[in-house]
Amino acid sequence: MDPSELQELAARERAAQPKIVIRTCMSTACLAVDSEPVKAALDAAVEETGLKDRVKVVGVGCLGLCGKGPLVAVDPTGELYQHVTPEQARSIVSSVAGGPVTAERLDPTSPFFSKQVAVVRENSGMIDPERIEAYIAADGYVALTTALRDMSPSDVVDAITASGLRGRGGAGFPTGLKWAMVAKSPSDRKFVVCNGDEGDPGAFMDRSILESDPHRVLEGMAIAAYAVGASQGFIYVRGEYPLAITRLKKAIQQAKRLGLLGAQILDSSLDLRIDLRIGAGAFVCGEETGLLASIEGRRGTPRARPPFPAERGLWGFPTVINNVETLANIPTILRKGPEWFASIGTERSKGTKVFALAGKILNTGLIEVPMGMPLRTIVEEMGGGVAVGKAKAVQTGGPSGGCIPAALFDTPVDFEALAQVGSMMGSGGLVVMDEADNMVDVARFFMEFCTEESCGKCVPCRAGTVQMLRMLTRIADGEGHEEDLETLESLCTMVKSASLCGLGQSAPNPVLSTLRYFRHEYEEALRRRRSSHEESGDKAGDSAG
Amino acid sequence: MESAAVSEQRKPGAGPSAKQPAGDNRPKILAATMKRYQYQPDALIEALYTAQELYGYLDLDILTKIAADLKLPPSHVYGVTTFYQFFSLKPRGKHTCLVCMGTACYVRGAAAIVAALEERAGVKAGETTPDGKASILTARCIGACGIAPAVVFDGSVAPFVTPESATQRLGEWLANGS
Repeated sequence: MDPSELQELAARERAAQPKIVIRTCMSTACLAVDSEPVKAALDAAVEETGLKDRVKVVGVGCLGLCGKGPLVAVDPTGELYQHVTPEQARSIVSSVAGGPVTAERLDPTSPFFSKQVAVVRENSGMIDPERIEAYIAADGYVALTTALRDMSPSDVVDAITASGLRGRGGAGFPTGLKWAMVAKSPSDRKFVVCNGDEGDPGAFMDRSILESDPHRVLEGMAIAAYAVGASQGFIYVRGEYPLAITRLKKAIQQAKRLGLLGAQILDSSLDLRIDLRIGAGAFVCGEETGLLASIEGRRGTPRARPPFPAERGLWGFPTVINNVETLANIPTILRKGPEWFASIGTERSKGTKVFALAGKILNTGLIEVPMGMPLRTIVEEMGGGVAVGKAKAVQTGGPSGGCIPAALFDTPVDFEALAQVGSMMGSGGLVVMDEADNMVDVARFFMEFCTEESCGKCVPCRAGTVQMLRMLTRIADGEGHEEDLETLESLCTMVKSASLCGLGQSAPNPVLSTLRYFRHEYEEALRRRRSSHEESGDKAGDSAG
Repeated sequence: MESAAVSEQRKPGAGPSAKQPAGDNRPKILAATMKRYQYQPDALIEALYTAQELYGYLDLDILTKIAADLKLPPSHVYGVTTFYQFFSLKPRGKHTCLVCMGTACYVRGAAAIVAALEERAGVKAGETTPDGKASILTARCIGACGIAPAVVFDGSVAPFVTPESATQRLGEWLANGS
């Protein structure tokens, strides 16, 4: 396929689109609440009412408000419906001809939707993720065409550098700088790797991107490959995400068929082969050197850096490794220009960030907001606050992050600002806790996670996490000693500074941040005596009733 | 997953390579997977995946066979197998009940679901009932936080699960004779 054929395909696809489109969410969360029968009912209703020429039902990716699915949207009116049943689906179709709708309406102008800025998620919930034609009609592969035809590889690196894009996997390393390092590494074999091992519990942004718009990630990888001079790529996806894997496989096949992957892509000199690798359930594989080891078929144990993967990565060759969301930003940055991207966000954190809202919050789901937005806006306005009582804290960054108390909800989402309050941006999980959640228990939960997921290669992490977990369990059970808090703190500092990789270095964060903001809960637990044990076994979680 | 293969208890030395019924094309499928990777060492994890899908679990005979085919030390193959949570050295139950223990599910009561299931099944999480009917498993996070707490029953995700709804489903499996 050459660029003009791509344009023709896009034009044909757009022309074939009927006036009225009914979009049904077909992502993991909506599928779990039976969106498939809803789509079938919509299809049947269109058939029966004879509206086939005017109305089309499309299965799309994530519409965002996962807690209220199945979600259905109607174009061009922009109507949005929640908790749709197959019975109600019929009335949505007949409403096109002016009939009444029995489905529950959802306000598309509510803060949850209106405060979002869609970059990465611009196609999510809009197009059919299983058809490459739909992506192409939505300006897909235009950025790649531009890069290959009008830009040199170093122009592409410069554009990404100018955009100020930073890695969305958690650490926030400047993407342009990473690409430049790989680009200038003298090697005739280089790799581009997409990290889709989204292991943080409470985070599902990458799953959603891969399920809703897989071609965006492939296009981002192709642009990265051109920029750094790679001709082989791998996407490493968690085994826990079967739907994302299915859709990616399909997307790769379709791209190959149209010559958007393979040899001489879009009539250029770029050759790129992309293979999928499925994770087998190891959190530490999210760490880049662990992930590379796993692709090579070994135990996913991290190694010391330097050398960084940019110098010595897969099988010893220079490798650029980016997170799913980072790569998903690339096509839009090239299409709309780095200046446009840099105009969104804060001084040092540019663009948008996708967050997964979960926990005790009313509106659970996915949002994409400009960097710099205060947590309060996200939790209280967009998320609608908590169902019962008051929000107590939000946990960001998963087991590597921290708990931010409600008093600090004015903190903006920005790499530096979140680090300053003792948490981190992380990959984007945002779990809201309410008054019923005990913070010692939360810290214990994360430490148990890190203990089990520690790969065991370095002693500070392997032994340190076990000791911290023992101490936290003792405190939570009311058997702690006064001096435990001090020992715990010093152990945290030791593990943080002496561990080999990010897992160990950040494992103490949930403990340190809860000690910092909720010390009184630890002290309360210390005061509790053995006699009151029976109640402490009672989990605080089920307060919904 | 081939459920017939899961219930087949193998004795050491009587693995699939030693004794296979006529018409069993599973070794061929496994060989095809490794061939796709030209029998390179990085085929290992894919090969383990395929083998587990075909046989239900990974016994020592299969691991030894894979090690020989990929020209890897058996200790390396065993090390990789035990490193990753997905690979099981023991047969799994006919049905699986996978409780998500991610943060969102946890704060919404996943621990109570696990406790209820353990009590109903009489085995701990990670184990299979003695009659081989069901395995209780836990996952780190399946990324379905929007519908927490979530449980995956035989591969399909169930939303907003309660201890009662989970044990009811498990009870149906355990009561079912077949």
